[in-house]
Amino acid sequence: MTQSSQASAAPAPGPLDPTKRNWILTTAAVGGAGAAAVAVPFVSTFQPSERAKAAGAAVEVDISALKPGEKVTVEWRGKPVWIVKRTPEQLESLKKTEGQLADPKSERNPADLTPAYARNGNRSIKPEVLVAVGICSHLGCSPIDKFQTGAQPSLPDDWNGGFLCPCHGSTFDLAGRVFKNKPAPDNLEVPPHMYLSDTRLLIGEDKKA
Amino acid sequence: MADFKEISPDAPAGAKLMNWVDNRFPATKMFKEHLSEYYAPKNLNIWYMFGSLSLLVLVIQIVTGIFLTMNYKPDAALAFGSVEYIMRDVPWGWLIRYMHSTGASAFFIVVYLHMFRGLIYGSYRKPRELIWVFGCAIFLALMAEAFMGYLLPWGQMSYWGAQVIVNLFAAIPFVGPDLALLIRGDYVVGDATLNRFFAFHVIAVPLVLLGLVVAHIIALHEVGSNNPDGVEIKAKKDADGKPLDGIAFHPFYTVHDIFGVSVFLLVFSAVVFFAPEAGGYFLEYNNFIPADPLKTPSHIAPVWYFTPFYSMLRAITTEMMYVLVLCVAVAAVLAVLKGGLNGLFKGVVAVGAVVLCLVMLNIDAKFWGVVVMGGAVIILFFLPWLDNSPVKSIRYRPSWNKWLYAVFVLNFLVLGYLGIKPPSPINERVSQIGTLFYFGFFLLMPWWSRLGSFKPVPDRVTFSAH
Repeated sequence: MTQSSQASAAPAPGPLDPTKRNWILTTAAVGGAGAAAVAVPFVSTFQPSERAKAAGAAVEVDISALKPGEKVTVEWRGKPVWIVKRTPEQLESLKKTEGQLADPKSERNPADLTPAYARNGNRSIKPEVLVAVGICSHLGCSPIDKFQTGAQPSLPDDWNGGFLCPCHGSTFDLAGRVFKNKPAPDNLEVPPHMYLSDTRLLIGEDKKA
Repeated sequence: MADFKEISPDAPAGAKLMNWVDNRFPATKMFKEHLSEYYAPKNLNIWYMFGSLSLLVLVIQIVTGIFLTMNYKPDAALAFGSVEYIMRDVPWGWLIRYMHSTGASAFFIVVYLHMFRGLIYGSYRKPRELIWVFGCAIFLALMAEAFMGYLLPWGQMSYWGAQVIVNLFAAIPFVGPDLALLIRGDYVVGDATLNRFFAFHVIAVPLVLLGLVVAHIIALHEVGSNNPDGVEIKAKKDADGKPLDGIAFHPFYTVHDIFGVSVFLLVFSAVVFFAPEAGGYFLEYNNFIPADPLKTPSHIAPVWYFTPFYSMLRAITTEMMYVLVLCVAVAAVLAVLKGGLNGLFKGVVAVGAVVLCLVMLNIDAKFWGVVVMGGAVIILFFLPWLDNSPVKSIRYRPSWNKWLYAVFVLNFLVLGYLGIKPPSPINERVSQIGTLFYFGFFLLMPWWSRLGSFKPVPDRVTFSAH
């Protein structure tokens, strides 16, 4: 009520001065551009620091002690990398699961997920040794080992061994390939890797330096 | 601007002091406007306690939070240890920490009840739309606050919970992976993430939260409270312009709310002293294990207050996408056939629906899970414009509406329960039905809210003196 009484008491507005309006608009535009420019360095601080970018060296692993059916986990760029030595039966099971997989031939995003030398039925260089980043392609949890075959909670009755993501129930076979109709869209990533000798693996690089 | 008021030199010292202050700051004026001469409906019931209780919990969280920062270290190598240090070595540190962790759950309990009150009594309807919108923004800020706070103890659940939620953003097409990188500040959740979440949790989000709370209350005091009958008390005023069914907030509702505060603190203290972990629901057991980036706990679930939304995220699988595409197609066909649109709009709806269906089938279900989870919160903002019921309060709506609201609450609780359970095929089906019901409740509200026979709304509030 006070506002309306003030408004009626206010003097009648004078004629419009277009120059004044133009200058107000220009000032606001220039000021706005300045404010937007200042936001750039602030937002940039959210990017990974130079130190974070530098940390990413390749990791060397000795797998001579790894027995068939066993898995070791090593850390590379802060992520778990699994090295699994598969038994002949486990390798055989990879053929059986093919029909139930979303991408059995690793054709989705091959450049990011599966290096050329791992684009085969076992997704590996040596048939028995799987090297994969243990991070689910759904939301980044680390799947857990379910090497035991047969019926068990959260898994189908004809389970052939593989991995189960505890977060949202995505399942992967023993080549890290995702099963159909699960939240995870992609197979587990096979990182760049190479053999330095028969039992020495280098994870993070795949060319002779 | 008020005129300068002179006061008699013989006035008591207190009156002179207040006069001095009032000439410089509107203390008495504000006290009258917001308390002693702010009229609230006299028929407010127990459901109206939860607004002032949320304010109380906000104060508890701010005060305990300030004291926790005095001993906490936001460093990936030290954070877990510093929380244990607070729990074991800082005198009474355990009490402050348990008040803060219990306060987080208490905040969501009172806020959920406060929102439910608004839902059943139509408190979001005209002219209170902005109160509701500010309230939804507070809820959103609160979720951000709780999520970032949960990372700080740097336990296994902190770590993997943050990993999952940050990766949600990576599901957005094109910009997602870069956005997730900007949030984490590293290629995995790490020290940089912990440090920035600390900054957001202790200062950035609380400032936003406080601003929104002020806006929420200013908007409320502009239009006045709704009440269980959903009638406007300002429509009937006495000769002095005071609402006939209104009573002064102070002393009536201040005393009423102090009673509510006492009961609340009784329950709150019982939890803080006797069950601060609340059986693993307020503080998850896996969070007493330090964060390990190489190993996800065998069962991971968010804290209870996020689980209904988390269930909806998990419900969106490739199969579910076919159901959602079908829903879009049916809606589009109905809109074209029965929408009463002209030819041009019919074409726009049809083409839009076809494009939407194609997009839905060509982007991963993972992304749509994120959209559904976000949409479940965002849809609340639109409630004032979805409800077409001629009456506000559930009291005067058709009787079957009570059943519908009961099923809605039950559905929300079931989704919450499923969110803490490990995934299984049957749970997945139930959560998919629950998700469809949740969205159906809101998206079909413009139609169902008009159906049935409404009861006559009284002119004045129903009230019997005790």
